[in-house]
Amino acid sequence: MKLKLFDYVEKDNFVYNLSGLTKLLCFLFLSFAVMFTYDIRSVILIMVFSFVILRVSEIRFSQIRLMLFYTMIFLVLNAVLTYLFSPSYGVEVYGTNHEVLRFTTRYTVTQEQILYQATKLLKYASVIPLGMIFLLTTNPSEFAASLNGIGVSYKAAYALALTLRYFPDVIRDYNDIALAQQSRGLDLSRKEKLLTRVKNVMGICVPLIFSTMDRIDVISNAMDLRGFGKHKKRTWYAKRPLRRDDYVSIAVCGAIFAAVILIAVFWNHGRFWNPFVYGLI
Amino acid sequence: MKKLFEFKTRNIVATGLGAALFTVLFMYVKIPTGIPETQIQTAYGVGTFFAAMFGPIAGALIAFIGHAISDSVQYGSAWWSWVIASGTACFIAGLCYPKMRVDEGVFTKADILRFNISQVIGNAVAWIIVAPILDIIVYSEPVNLVFTQGIVACISNAISAGVIGSLLLYLYSKTRTGKGALREQ
Repeated sequence: MKLKLFDYVEKDNFVYNLSGLTKLLCFLFLSFAVMFTYDIRSVILIMVFSFVILRVSEIRFSQIRLMLFYTMIFLVLNAVLTYLFSPSYGVEVYGTNHEVLRFTTRYTVTQEQILYQATKLLKYASVIPLGMIFLLTTNPSEFAASLNGIGVSYKAAYALALTLRYFPDVIRDYNDIALAQQSRGLDLSRKEKLLTRVKNVMGICVPLIFSTMDRIDVISNAMDLRGFGKHKKRTWYAKRPLRRDDYVSIAVCGAIFAAVILIAVFWNHGRFWNPFVYGLI
Repeated sequence: MKKLFEFKTRNIVATGLGAALFTVLFMYVKIPTGIPETQIQTAYGVGTFFAAMFGPIAGALIAFIGHAISDSVQYGSAWWSWVIASGTACFIAGLCYPKMRVDEGVFTKADILRFNISQVIGNAVAWIIVAPILDIIVYSEPVNLVFTQGIVACISNAISAGVIGSLLLYLYSKTRTGKGALREQ
């Protein structure tokens, strides 16, 4: 529970000063580019780019240490599972078979599999800094405003703003309830039988949800009294106008996205970069 | 009469707070089953509870926002195919919303059945069809891996929704006073 969530601290540098809309668009452009391509060269370039931005945005290592830890576990697990379930998926994808090593007839190591899994690992690793930059440098209320800016219904955007606003409150409630129940002897660990565990979890869920239901009534009455949802549009206090830096950033990220797609379509004969069939360049 | 796709202020607020709750439970409250790396996510019990209480749109948004935020906070980036599948599961689970009268303190055996049918269909569609197919299209993951993961997720989430969701609906209906509950003495 030491995780500092939405630990937004105002700073004065290039990334912080961009508007939320710009950061959202750039994040979407770059992460979709990485999601689309299986060209390890494009992925590495975007990865370098995103680490440079991470430096520029002056995010401290202590802020992202825990996320990195979880991600590492996830990446290792995914790599192991992929190999166990389909050790020859690379051969299927690239259409050739260059064997390097053989454990059994099913579990062989091929150059194709190594390239496929390395590409995949780097793909997932390269979006992590992007997500972290976006999460840590964007003011939550401005984020809702920017979602509305790209055409998401303002009611959905407002729901998201409420989520970000009440998230710390729910965590605090959860902590209070969990500690109170544990001091009364509630055990949530593996030592209890499955059925008892479910019952004990309910001991925390029920008070947490009922207090939330009460809060929903209070908040929605307050919003109704202030005339929320009367009109088709609304304005946002936290919205920032776009400036020159914003347009430049959107253009750069849009260009990277377009370049990745064009490389895949006109150069690589598809989403995969296939050095085994078409050669290194 | 409640309409299936209404989205009033109360539903918006429920969506916002429900998503916050979903995120917290998704990250911290998992029930270990004894099988390694397989945990029952209590969040889906709560997600389907909110879907039955506030409708399919609220359900879909709660699961979508909640899953996306908890993924982003833990891993730095969301696993979009599963985030969309979460939204689908709670959207379909919310289709029983117009018939539900939990707010008035009514939760009969027929309601339990109705809730569980929509919940099981939702989980099956989401985890056995939507999630693996999106995994293959978006992330080009190996076919047999994603379907195995999907089936495991479907079973554990359906259990979570069936047990925790139904229990929550039942307990909540007990705290509500129904129409015409007052008697003249």
